[in-house]
Amino acid sequence: MKKISVIDYGMSNLHSVLKSFQKVIDKKYSLSIAKTIKDLEDASIIILPGQGAANSCMDRLNSKFPSLDKFIINRPFFGICLGFQILFNESSEDGGVKCFSIIDGTVTDFKNTTNRKLKIPHMGWNIVNQNHSHPIWKNISNKSFFYFVHSYYAQATKLSDELSTTDYGINFTSSVIKDNIFACQYHPEKSSSNGLQLLSNFITYSEGI
Amino acid sequence: MSVAKRIIPCLDVDKGRVVKGINFVDIVDAGDPVEVAKKYDSEGADEITFLDITASHEGRDTILSVVEKVANEVFIPLTVGGGVSDFNDVRDLLSVGADKVTINTAAVSNPNIINDVTEKIGRQCIVIAVDVKKIDNEYYVFTHGGRKNSMLSAYDWCMECQKRGAGEILLTSMDKDGTKDGFDLEILNTISTDLNIPLIASGGAGNLEHLHEAITKGNADAVLAASIFHFGEFSITEAKEYLKGKGILVR
Repeated sequence: MKKISVIDYGMSNLHSVLKSFQKVIDKKYSLSIAKTIKDLEDASIIILPGQGAANSCMDRLNSKFPSLDKFIINRPFFGICLGFQILFNESSEDGGVKCFSIIDGTVTDFKNTTNRKLKIPHMGWNIVNQNHSHPIWKNISNKSFFYFVHSYYAQATKLSDELSTTDYGINFTSSVIKDNIFACQYHPEKSSSNGLQLLSNFITYSEGI
Repeated sequence: MSVAKRIIPCLDVDKGRVVKGINFVDIVDAGDPVEVAKKYDSEGADEITFLDITASHEGRDTILSVVEKVANEVFIPLTVGGGVSDFNDVRDLLSVGADKVTINTAAVSNPNIINDVTEKIGRQCIVIAVDVKKIDNEYYVFTHGGRKNSMLSAYDWCMECQKRGAGEILLTSMDKDGTKDGFDLEILNTISTDLNIPLIASGGAGNLEHLHEAITKGNADAVLAASIFHFGEFSITEAKEYLKGKGILVR
């Protein structure tokens, strides 16, 4: 039995993340919630969902999950929303938050970078432009719609890390891939059939890592 | 480039059952919220709103199990409202799988609930439902299921909700609701001009052109409708095709 561990640091609603993975996994996987770093030791796949502010997220992760970054770079990892943003070097949220620096790039407020009258948060269905082909996109057409909810956006420095972009006043990084790590700004657990397909593709992809 | 305009079917739920006679030929149990929600998801609904109309207080816990069952099976955003009176109600609904909660009367009687939810959970999960009625050329906010005039101006109240941290405004025209005569474009346009959070239009949808008008003339970010979808007059797919044909970005 392979264990999929969903990290719970008290700031996100795990319900739909758990249920959506439940929907796509087969019998050889079990799903569990990780509340401390110890719970991750025997995990085959680590999922980090998240919503809320980057600084309290990093604070909680650092206290309950010390050295989480070592786990992230070592086994199949799936980050969603805030679990995607904290992989970058830093976020400008609350005057600046140091993040994991696993993916080169920064996270910035939509407000500071555009003069256009855009509604913030960026909430709703938007187009995900696939930058390069990858098993994670299997049976998902390029320019499919996924569901987003966020006020800060990421920009990856290296093109090779940037798996997709999305346009909301600015063209930002909407998902990244780096070896065993996949993470996305959008919510696959809320993106209907394309979202479930993506989760399923990640599970398949992780078996080859 | 912007986000797609959303089409949101709204289901009335009484004691755990979908009411107002949903009429789909291919659904076995049209009163089962899970079946109806799945059907709308498969047609491309961008979100589903449940309005709990259960009158008795004892019956109110049933909405939590409804939301939980739907959230286990349907993976698009779920919005739930009706009788939400305090922070605990909001938290309970979110914890069983709702993504957003609509608050109506409770926000008017205690506006601090908006700040409270926003600060503790985040603005994306709070939608303020505003029921408006035009009296002598002024739009007023009504509460208690449309029975009581709060005497608040619709425009001022929407702006206050935004300031306090609401994530979206769901604006229902009581004059238009049920008429199938089209949305109240005047009030939609007045509010959307100065609103920086999404505005959902509700009340009056009778055909697909009405949905189109709400978006182009009312400047709504999303349209909510019940009867035109429930009775099978139009499917969500048809609505999307129609809007796409008119150059509107839809999923």
